[in-house]
Amino acid sequence: MKILVCISNVPDTTTKIKFAEGNTSIDTTGIQWVINPWDELSLTRALELKDDAASGIKSVTVVHVGPASSEPTIRKALAIGADDAIRVNAESSDAWFVAAQIAEVVKNEQFDIIMCGIESSDYNGSVVGGMVSEFLGVPSVSAVSGINIENGQPVLTREIDGGKEVVTVSAPFVAIVQKGIAKEPRIAAMRGIMMARSKPVKLIEPLAVEPLTRIVVFEKPAPRAACKYVDADNPAQLIDLLQNEAKVI
Amino acid sequence: MSVLVYTENWDGKFKKLSFELVSYATGVAKMLNTTVTAVSIGKVNETELKKLGNYGANKIINVNNDKLITLDNQAYTSVIAEISHKENATIILIANNNTGKAIAPRLSVRLKAGVGSGVSKLPLNLNPFTVYKRTYSGNAFAHVVIKSDVKIITLAQNSFDLIETSDNAIIENLNVSIDGSLLKTVVKDVQKQSGKIVLTDADIVVSGGRGMKSPDNWPSLVELAALLGAATACSRPVSDEGWRPHEEHTGQTGKIIAPNLYIAVGISGATQHLAGISSSKYIVAINTDKDAPIFSAAQYGIVGDAMKVLPKLVDAVKEIKK
Ligand SMILES: Cc1cc2nc3c(=O)[nH]c(=O)nc-3n(C[C@H](O)[C@H](O)[C@H](O)COP(=O)(O)OP(=O)(O)OC[C@H]3O[C@@H](n4cnc5c(N)ncnc54)[C@H](O)[C@@H]3O)c2cc1C
Ligand SMILES: Nc1ncnc2c1ncn2[C@@H]1O[C@H](COP(=O)(O)O)[C@@H](O)[C@H]1O
Repeated sequence: MKILVCISNVPDTTTKIKFAEGNTSIDTTGIQWVINPWDELSLTRALELKDDAASGIKSVTVVHVGPASSEPTIRKALAIGADDAIRVNAESSDAWFVAAQIAEVVKNEQFDIIMCGIESSDYNGSVVGGMVSEFLGVPSVSAVSGINIENGQPVLTREIDGGKEVVTVSAPFVAIVQKGIAKEPRIAAMRGIMMARSKPVKLIEPLAVEPLTRIVVFEKPAPRAACKYVDADNPAQLIDLLQNEAKVI
Repeated sequence: MSVLVYTENWDGKFKKLSFELVSYATGVAKMLNTTVTAVSIGKVNETELKKLGNYGANKIINVNNDKLITLDNQAYTSVIAEISHKENATIILIANNNTGKAIAPRLSVRLKAGVGSGVSKLPLNLNPFTVYKRTYSGNAFAHVVIKSDVKIITLAQNSFDLIETSDNAIIENLNVSIDGSLLKTVVKDVQKQSGKIVLTDADIVVSGGRGMKSPDNWPSLVELAALLGAATACSRPVSDEGWRPHEEHTGQTGKIIAPNLYIAVGISGATQHLAGISSSKYIVAINTDKDAPIFSAAQYGIVGDAMKVLPKLVDAVKEIKK
């Protein structure tokens, strides 16, 4: 079986977000770009499965839809241990566009398990994985917090309200992963970084697909009112404020 | 033309979130001068279904089929897509929770409908149709134009107030045929705690960070939560250390929540933590360090030692509950 891990390229999670061009785009000066945290965990889990010969996972490929400037992030994924990478050479204009490109890649290369993150930390869309599965007409399992292969059969744990469900699903399918899928992201070792240089990154030109959404402008959240302090010796006053001023208890 | 809203039930009851959705749908329908149709899938009795009418649903389509007991993303998508064709829906509303995230994108492809996800205000504009959505984990919001004829909006929890109306809704029972062989996800085992307040839809959350020092100090935090009818949560290091279960971890890589009240005890307020809680209506911070970043996100704060403050808060809440 072959795994495809979809990775998006996002600003490091500590970045102070600023905008440029009349707030129509993000100001990229000084930004460190990283693999979206969820995708990093997906990749880690995919590699753990591959390391286990009994799983029957033969290869782990990463795919990214983005311009040449995201190559370093792809190289990072290869350094962590992905066997090869595919880059669809296009700006990721919207989720619909991105999902259509990924679906096309899967159609042409026949992956069995496609892993997507629950959300990208930039656009917070939470939609690409589900769209890919519907474009392909294959099952999707969402809120996946665990994935194993038992006797060639994928067994997934997914989160439901107030608990968990263990489900089986036949490949090919899309797993939309969240917390729990792997403990800590795997870190690239020196050897991995050296090897990444010679691993193949296949470049694909995009399908002509018309995006369905467009960001017009960004705005910063309204600033919160200044904090009102309550004396540590008199917490009862806090309860009074919450009850009578904020009216939340 | 109509506005279609998928209302999720949990064990036969609608949660506040479903009523928020219907209130929102009613707001959108007013802007468009059209009606609201609510869809419910599962075993919900008539009295409960009627409640959707209190928030403005004109018609309630009730789908009850044993094959739809557990969430099969494809089967649910087919049912909602079929209804949306029948109702000639141009706007489809779903909650931005696990279920919504599972169904909305599939529905999008099925109906060639653009999605605005995590929306927290009524549409900013009808022409072009523009929604207001959370981006960069709450550090920014975007105005997003949806260009397709049919549009899907997933609504952020707790971002829209309930609006009651006195309208009477008609209930229509719909039989759908589900081909069992098309159900692709087979549920092998369910572990569910009933009666527990689910973190993602709690109105009040009491959360502890590394400043709680040791798992042994949690009882007073848990007691405060119980008294307030709140769910408990924690920061990432706390769950990583195994002090608290992983389900409680909030933040960028944990749960993203938006309660009415979030009480952060011994949490510094790192950006990755705030990413999961910044949409809370009110944030309270309790921290020994007056410069901790959490105070910039909070409306109320106590600079003090959690171990001393928590028991006093417990007493104060007991006092008002008397
Ligand atoms: C990619 C990435 C993703 C991440 N995702 C998350 C995430 O999802 N969620 C998350 O929480 N973190 C996340 N983090 C970690 C985050 O950066 C912080 O390290 C973490 O939130 C800190 O947790 P804390 O506030 O509990 O601990 P600390 O930062 O150690 O803060 C403890 C606080 O307690 C206070 N304190 C000490 N003693 C007391 C006392 N007696 N009474 C009251 N207060 C006291 C201190 O003043 C301090 O402010 C992520 C990090 C990375 C790199
Ligand atoms: N440009 C992209 N290239 C490859 N995968 C992507 C891209 N954008 C999003 N994804 C995948 O889709 C997931 C959810 O993204 P989103 O729907 O944008 O929140 C991410 O965690 C990735 O796995």
